[in-house]
Amino acid sequence: MYQSFQEILSLEEKTGLAFWEIVRDADCRELEISREEAFRRMAGLYEAMRLADASYDPKLTSASGLAGGDGEILAQARREGRLLCGSFLGTVMEKAVKMGESNACMRRIVAAPTAGSCGVVPAVLLSLEQEKSFPREEMTKALYTAAGIGGIIALRASISGAAGGCQAEIGAASAMAAGSAAYLAGGSGETISHAAALAMKNLLGLACDPVAGLVEVPCVKRNVIGAVNALTSADLACAGIRSKIPPDQVFDAMRSIGRMMPEEIRETGKGGLAATPAGVSCREKIMNL
Amino acid sequence: MNSFDIIGPVMVGPSSSHTAGAVKIGNVARRLLGEPVKRAEIFFHGSFLSTGKGHGTDRALVAGLLGFGVDDPRIPDSFRFADEAGMVYGLSGIDLGDAHPNSVKLILGGRHGNTLRMTAASVGGGSILVTQIDGLNVSFSGDSPTLIISNQDRPGRVTEVTSLLGRKNINVAAMQLHRAERGGTAVMVLECDQEVPAEAICSLSRLDGILKVTYLGTSEVIPCISHFRKS
Repeated sequence: MYQSFQEILSLEEKTGLAFWEIVRDADCRELEISREEAFRRMAGLYEAMRLADASYDPKLTSASGLAGGDGEILAQARREGRLLCGSFLGTVMEKAVKMGESNACMRRIVAAPTAGSCGVVPAVLLSLEQEKSFPREEMTKALYTAAGIGGIIALRASISGAAGGCQAEIGAASAMAAGSAAYLAGGSGETISHAAALAMKNLLGLACDPVAGLVEVPCVKRNVIGAVNALTSADLACAGIRSKIPPDQVFDAMRSIGRMMPEEIRETGKGGLAATPAGVSCREKIMNL
Repeated sequence: MNSFDIIGPVMVGPSSSHTAGAVKIGNVARRLLGEPVKRAEIFFHGSFLSTGKGHGTDRALVAGLLGFGVDDPRIPDSFRFADEAGMVYGLSGIDLGDAHPNSVKLILGGRHGNTLRMTAASVGGGSILVTQIDGLNVSFSGDSPTLIISNQDRPGRVTEVTSLLGRKNINVAAMQLHRAERGGTAVMVLECDQEVPAEAICSLSRLDGILKVTYLGTSEVIPCISHFRKS
């Protein structure tokens, strides 16, 4: 794994390898596996995401009763043409909510980078695959791109809500998804890095304030903004717009903001939405289950 | 760190720390016990206690004790599978003081009479740390083959153990020493780069001054030899 976009971009220039290949080769060295094996493993994770999406069950409700069924409500509205965002973004939103709900309802998901943010990357990639009919290998390369970005964030800042707030979960997932979408749109490593940075900048400072400490409210629906933000950021970067703050510095800012965040909004379930009267009453109800 | 720490694990939700981590703690406890679990007393501490029900931490831990993996779709129904497997379990709360907020204490009995008391914590992202075994403080993740050796606190024990491992071509990646009091019972924790073969574990358990050898392999269970107590 690399700690900066700078390192990957200079390797890209020196070797002519793509962003995802540079990330994959680091895995080969670390895990002592062949390029084929690394690629096969990543392809398996993409397949697991597809399966998780396909096996959404609208009848399930989480143990707390706070999550479940919204994916189907959204699907219905999309099918009836009632969504302002249209069919493509509607599909993205729907997949993001469904995956978040599946996670809350103890179904099998792929953490990307965390369980709470597991809907962002697959919502973007599965929807793009469906919409644009990319070959399967391209999707694996896109997921590898996302992994490389996540690695930079983990090493440079954090991918844990307890350490860095929700910016480190939904924010990180959104940056990863933005970079992978930029890759699919034909973006270079430099474009990928700016897509990730632009996505992150929109979610800097996001509090992790889950009601009753559970990965449900607001986590499930935040997967939607993570996914949609990833696509708009990828479009900005691919159109040629650049983050005025260099990508590596954006993630440094994310780390420093995480450090400034009070404990109450870092996955403790003590502040923000969790501390509202409705949030507190949910907590009390769940404690008596 | 590698890409599969970022994308992955494939797991049953909702929480890498409160669900997947709890399954892993159960898995490690089962492997340390060295046989199927017959009785389990499970004591949740801190955040595991206060938010565990909503995260399925209780079901995840029981699933782990049954040997289910973190991606096993049977996790939500683990209580039923425990009943079917004849595993008796009790769930309650405990105050472990300064322990990590996601900690659990386990008292286990196996089908063939092995026993284990263990405390472990889920420290984030599905990673865990075993913090106490049979009353002695330890600290290991269970990600690599690990030997836990109780011995009399006397000069030369460490050399004997490490030179025996050296002769078997096993490299020690990390090592810790703990003792309750000078000259009493001590414990060595050796995290190794290679699996430790059964005959090496036998030889270790026969060394002078070694009281008990527990081995945590990376595979499920090495039957009947993962637990040695000197008679």
